Amino acid sequence: MTLAIAGYYEAWWIQIIKALVIFGVALGILPLVIVYERKLLGRFQGRYGPNRVGPYGLLQPLAEIVKFATKEDSRPVTSVGPLYLAAPVISIITAVAAFALVPFGDAPHIFGTRVGLYGLDTSVGPLYVFAFGAIAFYGLMLGGWASGSKYSFLGAMRAAAQLISYEVAQGLALIGVVITAGSLSLTAIVHAQGGMWYFIPQFVGFIVFTIAGFAETNRSPFDLVEADAELVAGYFTEYGGTRMVAFLFAEYLNMLVVAGIAVTLFLGGWLLPFGIHPPTWVDPFVVLAKMMIFVTFFIWIRATLPRLRYDQLMSFGWKILLPLATLNALVTAIIVVAVHK
Amino acid sequence: MRWSPGEDQIVVTRAPAPGAAGGAYRAFGETLRGLKTTLARVVEGVHTIQYPEQKVPVYPRFRGRHRLHRFEDTPGQAGLEKCVGCSLCAAACPADCIRVVAAENTPEHRVSAGERYAAIYEINISRCIFCGYCEVACPFDAITMGHDFELSDYNRSDLIFTKEMLLAEPIEATPLRAEGE
Repeated sequence: MTLAIAGYYEAWWIQIIKALVIFGVALGILPLVIVYERKLLGRFQGRYGPNRVGPYGLLQPLAEIVKFATKEDSRPVTSVGPLYLAAPVISIITAVAAFALVPFGDAPHIFGTRVGLYGLDTSVGPLYVFAFGAIAFYGLMLGGWASGSKYSFLGAMRAAAQLISYEVAQGLALIGVVITAGSLSLTAIVHAQGGMWYFIPQFVGFIVFTIAGFAETNRSPFDLVEADAELVAGYFTEYGGTRMVAFLFAEYLNMLVVAGIAVTLFLGGWLLPFGIHPPTWVDPFVVLAKMMIFVTFFIWIRATLPRLRYDQLMSFGWKILLPLATLNALVTAIIVVAVHK
Repeated sequence: MRWSPGEDQIVVTRAPAPGAAGGAYRAFGETLRGLKTTLARVVEGVHTIQYPEQKVPVYPRFRGRHRLHRFEDTPGQAGLEKCVGCSLCAAACPADCIRVVAAENTPEHRVSAGERYAAIYEINISRCIFCGYCEVACPFDAITMGHDFELSDYNRSDLIFTKEMLLAEPIEATPLRAEGE
Protein backbone atom coordinates (compact mmCIF):
# COMPACT_ATOMS: atom_id res chain seq x y z
CA MET A 1 0.00 0.00 0.00
CA THR A 2 2.75 2.42 1.01
CA LEU A 3 5.00 1.12 -1.76
CA ALA A 4 2.42 1.82 -4.42
CA ILE A 5 2.31 5.58 -3.82
CA ALA A 6 5.63 6.60 -2.38
CA GLY A 7 7.78 4.33 -4.53
CA TYR A 8 9.90 3.10 -1.64
CA TYR A 9 9.68 0.44 0.98
CA GLU A 10 10.08 0.73 4.73
CA ALA A 11 11.43 -2.14 6.76
CA TRP A 12 9.10 -3.60 9.40
CA TRP A 13 11.29 -2.40 12.27
CA ILE A 14 11.19 1.17 10.93
CA GLN A 15 7.41 0.98 10.94
CA ILE A 16 7.35 -0.28 14.51
CA ILE A 17 9.72 2.48 15.64
CA LYS A 18 7.62 5.05 13.79
CA ALA A 19 4.47 3.75 15.46
CA LEU A 20 6.09 4.02 18.88
CA VAL A 21 7.42 7.51 18.16
CA ILE A 22 4.04 8.75 16.94
CA PHE A 23 2.30 7.21 19.94
CA GLY A 24 4.87 8.81 22.23
CA VAL A 25 4.56 12.20 20.57
CA ALA A 26 0.77 12.05 20.63
CA LEU A 27 0.52 11.10 24.29
CA GLY A 28 3.42 13.43 25.11
CA ILE A 29 1.91 16.60 23.72
CA LEU A 30 -1.57 15.79 25.04
CA PRO A 31 -0.86 16.86 28.64
CA LEU A 32 0.80 19.98 27.27
CA VAL A 33 -2.27 20.74 25.16
CA ILE A 34 -4.50 20.23 28.20
CA VAL A 35 -2.47 22.56 30.40
CA TYR A 36 -2.17 25.03 27.51
CA GLU A 37 -5.92 25.07 27.10
CA ARG A 38 -6.51 25.61 30.79
CA LYS A 39 -3.97 28.39 31.05
CA LEU A 40 -5.14 30.14 27.89
CA LEU A 41 -8.78 29.78 28.92
CA GLY A 42 -7.80 31.37 32.20
CA ARG A 43 -6.28 34.33 30.37
CA PHE A 44 -9.49 34.72 28.40
CA GLN A 45 -11.35 34.92 31.70
CA GLY A 46 -8.91 37.34 33.34
CA ARG A 47 -7.18 34.76 35.55
CA TYR A 48 -3.95 32.77 35.47
CA GLY A 49 -5.14 29.19 35.23
CA PRO A 50 -3.11 26.44 36.89
CA ASN A 51 0.22 27.86 38.13
CA ARG A 52 0.96 25.97 41.33
CA VAL A 53 2.37 22.59 40.32
CA GLY A 54 5.83 22.85 38.82
CA PRO A 55 7.18 25.81 36.85
CA TYR A 56 4.26 27.84 35.47
CA GLY A 57 1.92 25.00 36.45
CA LEU A 58 3.27 22.79 33.68
CA LEU A 59 3.24 19.70 35.87
CA GLN A 60 -0.47 20.06 36.68
CA PRO A 61 -1.54 17.23 34.29
CA LEU A 62 1.09 14.95 35.83
CA ALA A 63 -0.36 15.53 39.29
CA GLU A 64 -3.85 14.94 37.98
CA ILE A 65 -2.93 11.72 36.19
CA VAL A 66 -1.51 10.41 39.44
CA LYS A 67 -4.71 11.42 41.20
CA PHE A 68 -6.94 9.77 38.60
CA ALA A 69 -4.80 6.64 38.45
CA THR A 70 -5.18 6.09 42.18
CA LYS A 71 -8.97 6.31 42.02
CA GLU A 72 -11.12 3.26 42.50
CA ASP A 73 -12.50 1.87 39.24
CA SER A 74 -16.12 1.87 40.33
CA ARG A 75 -18.96 1.13 38.00
CA PRO A 76 -22.74 1.30 38.30
CA VAL A 77 -24.72 -1.91 38.88
CA THR A 78 -26.89 -1.07 35.87
CA SER A 79 -23.90 -1.01 33.51
CA VAL A 80 -23.49 -3.62 30.79
CA GLY A 81 -20.17 -5.26 31.68
CA PRO A 82 -17.91 -5.84 28.66
CA LEU A 83 -19.29 -2.94 26.62
CA TYR A 84 -18.78 -0.56 29.53
CA LEU A 85 -15.16 -1.64 29.71
CA ALA A 86 -14.61 -1.62 25.94
CA ALA A 87 -15.94 1.90 25.25
CA PRO A 88 -12.93 3.96 26.45
CA VAL A 89 -10.58 1.52 24.73
CA ILE A 90 -12.41 1.98 21.41
CA SER A 91 -12.32 5.74 21.85
CA ILE A 92 -8.60 5.98 22.45
CA ILE A 93 -7.58 3.35 19.87
CA THR A 94 -9.49 5.07 17.09
CA ALA A 95 -8.11 8.47 18.07
CA VAL A 96 -4.51 7.22 18.03
CA ALA A 97 -5.12 5.36 14.75
CA ALA A 98 -6.48 8.52 13.12
CA PHE A 99 -3.51 10.49 14.46
CA ALA A 100 -1.17 8.13 12.59
CA LEU A 101 -2.33 9.64 9.32
CA VAL A 102 -1.24 13.21 10.03
CA PRO A 103 1.89 13.80 7.93
CA PHE A 104 4.62 15.66 9.83
CA GLY A 105 6.85 15.95 6.80
CA ASP A 106 7.96 14.34 3.59
CA ALA A 107 10.02 11.15 3.38
CA PRO A 108 13.63 12.21 3.96
CA HIS A 109 16.67 9.92 4.00
CA ILE A 110 17.46 8.95 7.57
CA PHE A 111 20.48 6.63 8.08
CA GLY A 112 20.50 5.69 4.44
CA THR A 113 16.86 4.68 4.07
CA ARG A 114 13.82 6.78 3.27
CA VAL A 115 11.55 7.18 6.24
CA GLY A 116 8.19 8.88 5.92
CA LEU A 117 7.54 11.32 8.77
CA TYR A 118 4.01 9.98 9.23
CA GLY A 119 2.40 6.84 10.51
CA LEU A 120 1.19 5.76 7.13
CA ASP A 121 0.30 7.36 3.84
CA THR A 122 -2.62 5.54 2.33
CA SER A 123 -4.20 6.19 -1.04
CA VAL A 124 -7.50 6.83 0.78
CA GLY A 125 -6.26 9.36 3.38
CA PRO A 126 -9.37 11.33 4.32
CA LEU A 127 -11.57 8.23 4.03
CA TYR A 128 -9.33 6.47 6.56
CA VAL A 129 -9.72 9.40 8.95
CA PHE A 130 -13.48 9.40 8.56
CA ALA A 131 -13.64 5.64 8.95
CA PHE A 132 -11.86 5.83 12.29
CA GLY A 133 -13.88 8.90 13.21
CA ALA A 134 -17.03 6.86 12.63
CA ILE A 135 -15.74 3.95 14.72
CA ALA A 136 -14.90 6.41 17.46
CA PHE A 137 -18.63 7.13 17.80
CA TYR A 138 -19.06 3.54 18.95
CA GLY A 139 -16.86 4.41 21.88
CA LEU A 140 -19.12 7.31 22.77
CA MET A 141 -22.40 5.54 22.09
CA LEU A 142 -21.46 2.27 23.75
CA GLY A 143 -20.04 4.17 26.70
CA GLY A 144 -23.24 6.16 27.06
CA TRP A 145 -25.58 3.25 26.58
CA ALA A 146 -23.66 0.68 28.59
CA SER A 147 -23.41 2.98 31.60
CA GLY A 148 -27.09 2.40 32.31
CA SER A 149 -27.68 5.98 33.38
CA LYS A 150 -30.13 8.46 31.88
CA TYR A 151 -27.57 11.26 31.61
CA SER A 152 -25.13 9.03 29.80
CA PHE A 153 -27.90 7.76 27.57
CA LEU A 154 -29.04 11.28 26.66
CA GLY A 155 -25.45 12.25 25.93
CA ALA A 156 -25.01 9.19 23.74
CA MET A 157 -28.22 9.95 21.81
CA ARG A 158 -27.07 13.50 21.22
CA ALA A 159 -23.64 12.27 20.20
CA ALA A 160 -25.15 9.90 17.66
CA ALA A 161 -27.35 12.58 16.06
CA GLN A 162 -24.75 15.34 16.15
CA LEU A 163 -21.77 13.37 14.97
CA ILE A 164 -23.62 11.69 12.09
CA SER A 165 -25.08 14.96 10.79
CA TYR A 166 -21.82 16.87 11.04
CA GLU A 167 -19.65 14.13 9.59
CA VAL A 168 -21.59 14.44 6.33
CA ALA A 169 -20.84 18.16 6.03
CA GLN A 170 -17.23 17.62 7.06
CA GLY A 171 -16.72 14.94 4.45
CA LEU A 172 -18.31 17.04 1.72
CA ALA A 173 -16.13 20.00 2.67
CA LEU A 174 -13.06 17.92 1.94
CA ILE A 175 -14.24 16.86 -1.52
CA GLY A 176 -13.33 20.28 -2.92
CA VAL A 177 -9.75 19.83 -1.72
CA VAL A 178 -9.55 16.30 -3.06
CA ILE A 179 -10.87 17.40 -6.47
CA THR A 180 -8.43 20.32 -6.65
CA ALA A 181 -5.43 18.24 -5.60
CA GLY A 182 -6.47 15.26 -7.68
CA SER A 183 -5.36 12.82 -5.00
CA LEU A 184 -6.53 11.26 -1.76
CA SER A 185 -3.04 10.78 -0.39
CA LEU A 186 -2.37 13.34 2.30
CA THR A 187 1.29 13.87 1.38
CA ALA A 188 0.30 14.33 -2.28
CA ILE A 189 -2.29 16.91 -1.20
CA VAL A 190 0.40 18.81 0.74
CA HIS A 191 2.72 18.71 -2.28
CA ALA A 192 -0.11 20.03 -4.46
CA GLN A 193 -0.29 23.10 -2.16
CA GLY A 194 3.17 24.29 -3.22
CA GLY A 195 1.66 27.15 -5.22
CA MET A 196 -1.11 28.23 -2.90
CA TRP A 197 -2.44 26.83 0.33
CA TYR A 198 -5.92 25.48 -0.15
CA PHE A 199 -7.62 27.62 2.45
CA ILE A 200 -7.62 30.48 -0.09
CA PRO A 201 -9.27 28.77 -3.08
CA GLN A 202 -11.24 26.43 -0.81
CA PHE A 203 -12.22 29.06 1.75
CA VAL A 204 -15.82 27.86 2.10
CA GLY A 205 -14.62 24.31 2.48
CA PHE A 206 -12.17 25.43 5.16
CA ILE A 207 -14.89 27.24 7.12
CA VAL A 208 -17.30 24.31 6.88
CA PHE A 209 -14.56 21.84 7.84
CA THR A 210 -13.56 23.92 10.85
CA ILE A 211 -17.12 24.35 12.10
CA ALA A 212 -17.87 20.67 11.58
CA GLY A 213 -14.57 19.93 13.32
CA PHE A 214 -15.86 21.65 16.45
CA ALA A 215 -18.91 19.40 16.35
CA GLU A 216 -16.87 16.28 15.61
CA THR A 217 -14.63 16.80 18.60
CA ASN A 218 -17.53 17.79 20.88
CA ARG A 219 -15.95 21.15 21.52
CA SER A 220 -17.82 24.26 22.52
CA PRO A 221 -20.12 25.65 21.06
CA PHE A 222 -21.19 22.16 19.96
CA ASP A 223 -20.37 20.43 23.24
CA LEU A 224 -23.93 19.50 24.08
CA VAL A 225 -22.87 15.87 23.94
CA GLU A 226 -21.12 16.56 27.21
CA ALA A 227 -23.03 19.67 28.29
CA ASP A 228 -21.78 19.66 31.86
CA ALA A 229 -24.53 22.01 32.99
CA GLU A 230 -27.40 19.77 31.96
CA LEU A 231 -26.04 16.25 31.44
CA VAL A 232 -23.29 16.28 34.11
CA ALA A 233 -20.74 14.96 31.61
CA GLY A 234 -22.81 13.24 28.94
CA TYR A 235 -21.62 9.83 27.83
CA PHE A 236 -18.85 9.51 30.43
CA THR A 237 -20.86 10.58 33.46
CA GLU A 238 -20.55 7.14 35.05
CA TYR A 239 -16.87 6.70 34.29
CA GLY A 240 -14.16 7.45 36.79
CA GLY A 241 -10.45 7.13 37.26
CA THR A 242 -8.30 6.05 34.37
CA ARG A 243 -11.28 5.17 32.15
CA MET A 244 -12.48 8.74 32.28
CA VAL A 245 -8.93 9.89 31.53
CA ALA A 246 -9.01 7.61 28.47
CA PHE A 247 -12.16 9.40 27.26
CA LEU A 248 -10.64 12.81 27.92
CA PHE A 249 -7.42 11.89 26.17
CA ALA A 250 -9.36 10.58 23.19
CA GLU A 251 -11.29 13.83 23.03
CA TYR A 252 -8.16 15.98 23.06
CA LEU A 253 -6.41 13.64 20.65
CA ASN A 254 -9.39 14.01 18.32
CA MET A 255 -8.94 17.75 18.56
CA LEU A 256 -5.30 17.31 17.55
CA VAL A 257 -6.35 15.01 14.69
CA VAL A 258 -8.82 17.57 13.36
CA ALA A 259 -6.14 20.26 13.70
CA GLY A 260 -3.63 18.04 11.93
CA ILE A 261 -6.01 17.20 9.08
CA ALA A 262 -7.00 20.86 8.70
CA VAL A 263 -3.31 21.85 8.61
CA THR A 264 -2.58 19.14 6.06
CA LEU A 265 -5.51 19.80 3.78
CA PHE A 266 -5.93 23.57 4.02
CA LEU A 267 -2.89 25.17 5.63
CA GLY A 268 -0.11 23.67 3.54
CA GLY A 269 1.10 20.94 5.92
CA TRP A 270 4.85 21.30 6.46
CA LEU A 271 5.24 23.97 3.75
CA LEU A 272 6.11 27.54 4.67
CA PRO A 273 4.93 30.61 2.74
CA PHE A 274 7.03 33.20 0.88
CA GLY A 275 9.38 30.65 -0.65
CA ILE A 276 11.08 29.71 2.62
CA HIS A 277 12.57 26.22 2.37
CA PRO A 278 13.94 25.17 5.77
CA PRO A 279 15.95 21.95 6.22
CA THR A 280 13.90 18.76 6.45
CA TRP A 281 14.23 18.35 10.19
CA VAL A 282 12.22 21.55 10.71
CA ASP A 283 9.14 20.12 8.95
CA PRO A 284 7.58 18.31 11.95
CA PHE A 285 7.94 21.46 14.05
CA VAL A 286 6.25 23.53 11.35
CA VAL A 287 3.32 21.12 11.37
CA LEU A 288 3.19 21.12 15.18
CA ALA A 289 3.30 24.92 15.28
CA LYS A 290 0.46 25.18 12.78
CA MET A 291 -1.52 22.63 14.77
CA MET A 292 -1.00 24.64 17.94
CA ILE A 293 -2.27 27.76 16.16
CA PHE A 294 -5.37 25.83 15.16
CA VAL A 295 -5.79 24.49 18.70
CA THR A 296 -5.46 28.06 19.99
CA PHE A 297 -8.34 29.02 17.73
CA PHE A 298 -10.36 26.10 19.16
CA ILE A 299 -9.74 27.43 22.66
CA TRP A 300 -10.53 30.98 21.64
CA ILE A 301 -13.88 29.84 20.26
CA ARG A 302 -14.54 27.87 23.45
CA ALA A 303 -13.92 31.00 25.50
CA THR A 304 -16.27 33.03 23.30
CA LEU A 305 -19.38 31.18 22.16
CA PRO A 306 -22.12 29.76 24.35
CA ARG A 307 -23.51 26.29 23.75
CA LEU A 308 -26.10 25.89 21.01
CA ARG A 309 -29.57 24.54 21.66
CA TYR A 310 -30.18 21.07 20.26
CA ASP A 311 -32.61 22.12 17.49
CA GLN A 312 -30.32 25.01 16.52
CA LEU A 313 -27.50 22.53 16.22
CA MET A 314 -29.44 20.19 13.95
CA SER A 315 -30.91 22.90 11.74
CA PHE A 316 -27.51 24.59 11.40
CA GLY A 317 -25.90 21.32 10.38
CA TRP A 318 -28.52 20.20 7.87
CA LYS A 319 -29.82 23.52 6.54
CA ILE A 320 -26.67 25.63 6.32
CA LEU A 321 -23.49 23.56 6.52
CA LEU A 322 -24.59 20.66 4.34
CA PRO A 323 -25.91 22.80 1.40
CA LEU A 324 -22.83 25.01 1.68
CA ALA A 325 -20.48 22.05 1.56
CA THR A 326 -22.42 20.47 -1.32
CA LEU A 327 -22.38 23.72 -3.28
CA ASN A 328 -18.67 24.10 -2.60
CA ALA A 329 -17.91 20.63 -3.93
CA LEU A 330 -20.15 21.22 -6.97
CA VAL A 331 -18.64 24.61 -7.90
CA THR A 332 -15.12 23.28 -7.40
CA ALA A 333 -15.86 20.33 -9.64
CA ILE A 334 -17.27 22.58 -12.38
CA ILE A 335 -14.28 24.93 -12.22
CA VAL A 336 -11.76 22.08 -12.26
CA VAL A 337 -13.47 20.47 -15.25
CA ALA A 338 -13.67 23.83 -17.09
CA VAL A 339 -9.99 24.63 -16.44
CA HIS A 340 -8.57 21.22 -17.30
CA LYS A 341 -10.65 20.63 -20.39
CA MET B 1 -68.53 33.38 17.06
CA ARG B 2 -64.87 34.22 17.06
CA TRP B 3 -63.58 36.15 20.07
CA SER B 4 -62.49 39.64 19.23
CA PRO B 5 -59.61 40.99 21.32
CA GLY B 6 -60.91 44.55 20.92
CA GLU B 7 -59.23 46.94 23.33
CA ASP B 8 -56.84 44.28 24.64
CA GLN B 9 -55.21 43.84 21.26
CA ILE B 10 -51.60 44.94 21.19
CA VAL B 11 -49.47 45.31 18.10
CA VAL B 12 -46.06 43.68 18.30
CA THR B 13 -43.44 45.28 16.14
CA ARG B 14 -40.82 42.82 14.98
CA ALA B 15 -37.56 43.52 13.30
CA PRO B 16 -37.48 42.66 9.59
CA ALA B 17 -36.44 39.10 8.78
CA PRO B 18 -32.67 39.12 8.31
CA GLY B 19 -32.59 37.50 4.87
CA ALA B 20 -29.54 35.78 3.44
CA ALA B 21 -26.92 38.52 3.76
CA GLY B 22 -28.33 39.84 7.05
CA GLY B 23 -28.52 36.32 8.45
CA ALA B 24 -24.92 35.64 7.52
CA TYR B 25 -23.89 38.91 9.13
CA ARG B 26 -25.88 38.09 12.25
CA ALA B 27 -24.18 34.73 12.49
CA PHE B 28 -20.61 35.57 11.59
CA GLY B 29 -20.40 39.31 12.25
CA GLU B 30 -21.59 38.88 15.81
CA THR B 31 -19.30 35.89 16.26
CA LEU B 32 -16.35 38.01 15.16
CA ARG B 33 -17.43 40.71 17.59
CA GLY B 34 -17.52 38.11 20.36
CA LEU B 35 -14.06 36.87 19.41
CA LYS B 36 -12.80 40.45 19.57
CA THR B 37 -14.33 40.90 23.02
CA THR B 38 -12.70 37.78 24.45
CA LEU B 39 -9.33 38.58 22.88
CA ALA B 40 -9.47 42.02 24.47
CA ARG B 41 -9.64 40.25 27.86
CA VAL B 42 -6.38 38.45 27.07
CA VAL B 43 -4.72 41.73 26.11
CA GLU B 44 -6.11 43.39 29.24
CA GLY B 45 -4.27 40.92 31.48
CA VAL B 46 -5.25 39.07 34.62
CA HIS B 47 -7.03 40.50 37.64
CA THR B 48 -6.36 37.63 40.01
CA ILE B 49 -4.74 38.23 43.38
CA GLN B 50 -2.40 35.33 44.16
CA TYR B 51 -3.74 34.88 47.67
CA PRO B 52 -1.21 33.25 49.92
CA GLU B 53 1.57 35.41 48.45
CA GLN B 54 -0.46 38.56 47.82
CA LYS B 55 -3.12 39.65 50.26
CA VAL B 56 -5.88 42.15 49.83
CA PRO B 57 -5.22 44.91 52.38
CA VAL B 58 -8.03 45.21 54.92
CA TYR B 59 -9.81 48.42 55.84
CA PRO B 60 -8.94 50.05 59.19
CA ARG B 61 -12.35 49.15 60.65
CA PHE B 62 -12.15 45.53 59.47
CA ARG B 63 -13.25 43.23 62.29
CA GLY B 64 -10.79 40.37 62.49
CA ARG B 65 -9.44 38.37 65.41
CA HIS B 66 -9.56 40.17 68.79
CA ARG B 67 -6.58 41.81 70.42
CA LEU B 68 -6.11 42.56 74.13
CA HIS B 69 -4.08 45.64 74.92
CA ARG B 70 -1.60 46.87 77.51
CA PHE B 71 -0.87 50.44 78.48
CA GLU B 72 2.01 51.43 76.30
CA ASP B 73 3.68 54.53 77.67
CA THR B 74 1.29 55.99 80.25
CA PRO B 75 3.48 57.07 83.24
CA GLY B 76 3.16 54.68 86.15
CA GLN B 77 1.03 52.23 84.21
CA ALA B 78 3.25 51.24 81.30
CA GLY B 79 3.08 47.51 80.58
CA LEU B 80 -0.02 46.92 82.68
CA GLU B 81 -3.02 45.26 81.09
CA LYS B 82 -5.98 47.45 80.30
CA CYS B 83 -8.46 44.69 81.08
CA VAL B 84 -9.84 44.87 84.60
CA GLY B 85 -11.83 41.64 84.39
CA CYS B 86 -15.27 43.29 84.55
CA SER B 87 -16.84 40.68 82.20
CA LEU B 88 -18.90 43.29 80.35
CA CYS B 89 -17.60 41.86 77.07
CA ALA B 90 -18.75 38.41 78.06
CA ALA B 91 -22.15 39.85 78.94
CA ALA B 92 -22.40 41.67 75.62
CA CYS B 93 -21.31 38.70 73.54
CA PRO B 94 -24.29 37.28 71.61
CA ALA B 95 -22.42 34.10 70.77
CA ASP B 96 -21.34 33.58 74.37
CA CYS B 97 -17.78 32.85 73.38
CA ILE B 98 -15.87 34.90 75.98
CA ARG B 99 -14.94 33.50 79.36
CA VAL B 100 -13.51 35.84 82.00
CA VAL B 101 -12.42 34.87 85.50
CA ALA B 102 -11.30 37.87 87.54
CA ALA B 103 -8.81 38.04 90.40
CA GLU B 104 -7.66 40.79 92.77
CA ASN B 105 -4.52 42.77 92.12
CA THR B 106 -2.09 42.88 95.02
CA PRO B 107 0.80 45.34 95.46
CA GLU B 108 3.27 42.49 94.94
CA HIS B 109 1.49 41.06 91.97
CA ARG B 110 0.05 43.86 89.88
CA VAL B 111 -1.29 42.87 86.47
CA SER B 112 -3.80 45.49 85.47
CA ALA B 113 -4.34 49.17 86.17
CA GLY B 114 -7.59 48.65 88.06
CA GLU B 115 -8.52 46.82 91.28
CA ARG B 116 -8.98 43.49 89.62
CA TYR B 117 -7.54 41.77 86.57
CA ALA B 118 -8.56 38.92 84.32
CA ALA B 119 -6.91 35.78 85.63
CA ILE B 120 -8.43 33.81 82.77
CA TYR B 121 -9.51 35.46 79.56
CA GLU B 122 -10.49 33.04 76.80
CA ILE B 123 -12.22 33.62 73.46
CA ASN B 124 -13.56 30.63 71.58
CA ILE B 125 -12.91 31.83 68.02
CA SER B 126 -14.85 28.94 66.53
CA ARG B 127 -18.01 30.39 68.11
CA CYS B 128 -17.24 34.10 67.61
CA ILE B 129 -19.37 35.87 65.01
CA PHE B 130 -17.09 38.92 64.78
CA CYS B 131 -19.88 41.37 65.61
CA GLY B 132 -17.61 43.66 67.63
CA TYR B 133 -20.03 44.09 70.56
CA CYS B 134 -17.26 43.19 73.00
CA GLU B 135 -15.22 46.10 71.68
CA VAL B 136 -18.19 48.43 72.15
CA ALA B 137 -18.95 47.12 75.63
CA CYS B 138 -15.42 47.45 76.97
CA PRO B 139 -15.10 50.57 79.21
CA PHE B 140 -11.28 50.63 78.98
CA ASP B 141 -10.69 49.83 75.27
CA ALA B 142 -8.91 46.73 76.52
CA ILE B 143 -10.32 44.50 73.77
CA THR B 144 -10.49 45.56 70.15
CA MET B 145 -11.14 43.73 66.92
CA GLY B 146 -7.80 43.19 65.16
CA HIS B 147 -7.11 42.69 61.48
CA ASP B 148 -6.15 39.01 61.33
CA PHE B 149 -8.47 36.80 59.35
CA GLU B 150 -6.40 33.65 58.76
CA LEU B 151 -7.73 31.70 61.71
CA SER B 152 -8.14 28.15 60.48
CA ASP B 153 -6.66 25.32 62.49
CA TYR B 154 -6.73 21.55 62.66
CA ASN B 155 -8.35 21.21 66.08
CA ARG B 156 -11.28 22.94 67.69
CA SER B 157 -9.36 23.13 70.95
CA ASP B 158 -6.65 25.11 69.18
CA LEU B 159 -9.22 27.76 68.34
CA ILE B 160 -9.69 28.77 71.98
CA PHE B 161 -7.45 31.82 72.31
CA THR B 162 -6.04 32.45 75.76
CA LYS B 163 -5.10 35.80 77.25
CA GLU B 164 -1.44 35.39 76.37
CA MET B 165 -2.30 34.70 72.72
CA LEU B 166 -4.63 37.68 72.55
CA LEU B 167 -2.06 40.01 74.14
CA ALA B 168 0.78 38.91 71.88
CA GLU B 169 1.54 40.59 68.57
CA PRO B 170 0.18 38.56 65.63
CA ILE B 171 2.80 36.27 64.08
CA GLU B 172 2.14 37.63 60.63
CA ALA B 173 0.93 41.19 60.16
CA THR B 174 -2.15 41.57 57.97
CA PRO B 175 -1.67 44.31 55.35
CA LEU B 176 -3.73 47.40 56.14
CA ARG B 177 -5.25 49.60 53.50
CA ALA B 178 -3.71 53.05 53.31
CA GLU B 179 -5.80 56.19 53.67
CA GLY B 180 -8.00 56.74 50.63
CA GLU B 181 -6.92 53.52 48.93
